[in-house]
Amino acid sequence: MAKMTLQELRKLRDSKKSELDRRDIGSKDSQIIVGMGTCGIAAGAKTVLDAFIEELNARQISNVAVTQSGCMGLCYVEPTVEVISPGMPPVIYGKVDTEVAKRIIRDHILEKKMVSEHVFDRPSVDIIKDGGK
Amino acid sequence: MHLSLCDFLSDITQNSLEAGASLVKVKIRQTLEDIEFCVEDNGKGMREELLKKVTDPFYSDKEKHIKRRVGLGIPFLIQATEVVDGQFSLQSKEGEGTTVTFKFPLNHIDCPPIGDIALTILSLLIYSMQYEVEVTRTYQNKGYVVVRSQLEEVLEDFSSPANLFLLKQYLRSQEAALDDN
Repeated sequence: MAKMTLQELRKLRDSKKSELDRRDIGSKDSQIIVGMGTCGIAAGAKTVLDAFIEELNARQISNVAVTQSGCMGLCYVEPTVEVISPGMPPVIYGKVDTEVAKRIIRDHILEKKMVSEHVFDRPSVDIIKDGGK
Repeated sequence: MHLSLCDFLSDITQNSLEAGASLVKVKIRQTLEDIEFCVEDNGKGMREELLKKVTDPFYSDKEKHIKRRVGLGIPFLIQATEVVDGQFSLQSKEGEGTTVTFKFPLNHIDCPPIGDIALTILSLLIYSMQYEVEVTRTYQNKGYVVVRSQLEEVLEDFSSPANLFLLKQYLRSQEAALDDN
């Protein structure tokens, strides 16, 4: 792979942007937040993040925001992923791996069906969002 | 705890962000013999007494998890470097920031795999807050620099899947170039 320059990245990004504008997709509808605390990292959350990036790109889905948070407090079922999607209640999924990530996109985001075996609750507050107090 | 050296890096850089750092400088220096990671931040820093406590696995500031009895990030990293006769150093000044440095000998039989550097750098860049990261990655006499604000200017949106995919490709190409002759 030839080393990409910033200009090349910019060109690729601009061409993707105009392509999407032509498809008339509005601002983001759904949000996927991957828990990237110590527990998440140790459990393989980076692979889960990668899975979302790959799958959303493969399906050419652009109206989903993918972000990271710190620990969500559900360390015993990491990797965890919070999904906020219109028409669905906000959900925190646990024990997420590459396959579950794909199911979340296919079932939860696209078909508005929860991946029930992986739903959990949230007890903690994410302190990374506030930049540590 | 962590499978790869990159996971330790993710863990430590998170500490910097949790400490309120607005600038995190990461250096990844690799030779044929070893790999050294250095994370320098301008977060709230630690006083002398606290510096001694953070290496204790049973110490936690209880900010993140109120009832927690363990704070494992740094103790586990120290243990990992000790297992392979690596190096670890932690310096901090309250109100100024903290610098963590750790070095692993790559040819030691117990040295963990390095991991996915491109993906780790990507993960470091996409937290949804205002902060700056500069990553200087070198392998022997080659290397590259990644600056979050520069990439933000090019991509504008770090949460768009299309941009994340491009960013991943960009970072992968930087890593791949290190192997080219």
